[in-house]
Amino acid sequence: MAVATTTTVQTCATLPHRLRSSRQRRPAARAGAAHPSAGRATLAALELRGLTRRYGERLALADVSVSVEDGQTLAVLGPNGAGKTTLLRLLATLLRPHAGEVSVLGHRLPEDGWAVRGRIGLLGHDPLLYRELSARENLQLYAALHGVAGDRVELLLRSVAMERRAQEPLRTLSRGMVQRVAVCRALLHDPELLLLDEPRANLDPAASELVEPLIGRESGRTRVIVSHDPVGAVAEADLVLGLVRGRVRVLATPAELDPESLVELYR
Amino acid sequence: MRTTTSRPADAPRTSTVVAALLRKELRVELRSFEAVPAMSLFSVTTFVLFHFALQRNALSGELASGVLWVTLLFAAVLGINRLFVADAEQGGFDGFLLSPAGRSALLYSKALTLLAYLIVLELVAVPGFALLLLQPALWPALPGLLAVLALGDLGIVVIGTLVGALAVRTSVRDLLGPMVSLPLLVPVLLCAARASSPVLASARAGALPLRWLLTLALYDLVFGLITFAVFDFLLED
Repeated sequence: MAVATTTTVQTCATLPHRLRSSRQRRPAARAGAAHPSAGRATLAALELRGLTRRYGERLALADVSVSVEDGQTLAVLGPNGAGKTTLLRLLATLLRPHAGEVSVLGHRLPEDGWAVRGRIGLLGHDPLLYRELSARENLQLYAALHGVAGDRVELLLRSVAMERRAQEPLRTLSRGMVQRVAVCRALLHDPELLLLDEPRANLDPAASELVEPLIGRESGRTRVIVSHDPVGAVAEADLVLGLVRGRVRVLATPAELDPESLVELYR
Repeated sequence: MRTTTSRPADAPRTSTVVAALLRKELRVELRSFEAVPAMSLFSVTTFVLFHFALQRNALSGELASGVLWVTLLFAAVLGINRLFVADAEQGGFDGFLLSPAGRSALLYSKALTLLAYLIVLELVAVPGFALLLLQPALWPALPGLLAVLALGDLGIVVIGTLVGALAVRTSVRDLLGPMVSLPLLVPVLLCAARASSPVLASARAGALPLRWLLTLALYDLVFGLITFAVFDFLLED
């Protein structure tokens, strides 16, 4: 019994490393034939110039320009309705820009959207999971959509300690558990870019700790984090973008950031 | 030329994706019972209402054919309205669009799902119709009726999938679905009703009118091509 427990602990302890090492192998393979326009790749993982997006007459994003290097973290802050979620959906190729230039992982959007889908992991307000299906069934569906082997489903379920509840319909799980499964869904295809909208919402401290190696700074991925916790977001950011009514009010590194400007964002 | 809906070379095979999506659709329906029971119950209830409204115990020929196809069509609209709802409400649309899978996989899986719904509906509705309203025996008419049902279902499937995808992203999908699908389904109704009336005639099952079957097949083909051509763009922002 003691041996079995030790083995389980060791397996769980090595999971983040195994998940990371599988990610480190993939970009090199992807840079070849899989993406014909990879030759146009730039150093910046994200490059926005004059990005504008409207919903009817209402301006959701206006003239947003920012550049994020590979492996860096961009924290996006701002009050409700500032355009944070719209920005994430644009970067995820789910929305089209109405003006300006958007480059994601070296590919222009929306023209080359096909080349970056499957290289982006989106963890938003909605878990993007079916309530009638179990966690395992949901992840197996997404594994098929992304062409990922089924054993990665089990690996990820273990890494968020959800393997015991993986057979139960999602509608019977707590919101924190659903969020853990959503983290698995966002990481299933080993994305190079993570778009995270309040990623630790509904997670208790223990669950936050579990997902930290997967979506935290140590994951080594390029990240865009939308948060209503300015202190926490700035602490893990390389660059901070503050939006108010779709316009850039703050763009600075954490070292350069004036705390007063953050307070101004929410006034 | 690449378009925004192209897919990378390492994208999963369409057949694998269609199988996975179809499995999901059937699991969700089997666990939620949102579409097929409503469609089946609607059809049986409508036959009972026709029974009282027409004050007749037995129908045949054109009247029988009309009652059967109008009922099947309205029941099908219930299924069309529910076809994309789980995806829209639970984020499956975005999940699919974020994947490198070819967009046509969603079209095929939704079309197959609607076809499965219609088959189950007809397994309930046709015997129910025979029991409650049909004057001639069902067995002699069945081979001809199955041929018309197959072509009619195909028309409902291609138009239903197109309209379902069109309506689901609007705020008035419950209204838009029937409003758009019913006019487009009128030719299907006309051809199917005309084609099946001889086989439901009271004397003995007549021959299938080839002219109406061919017209129905042509309409199915035209709408199949239109649906295939525009479906990818309906999914885009």
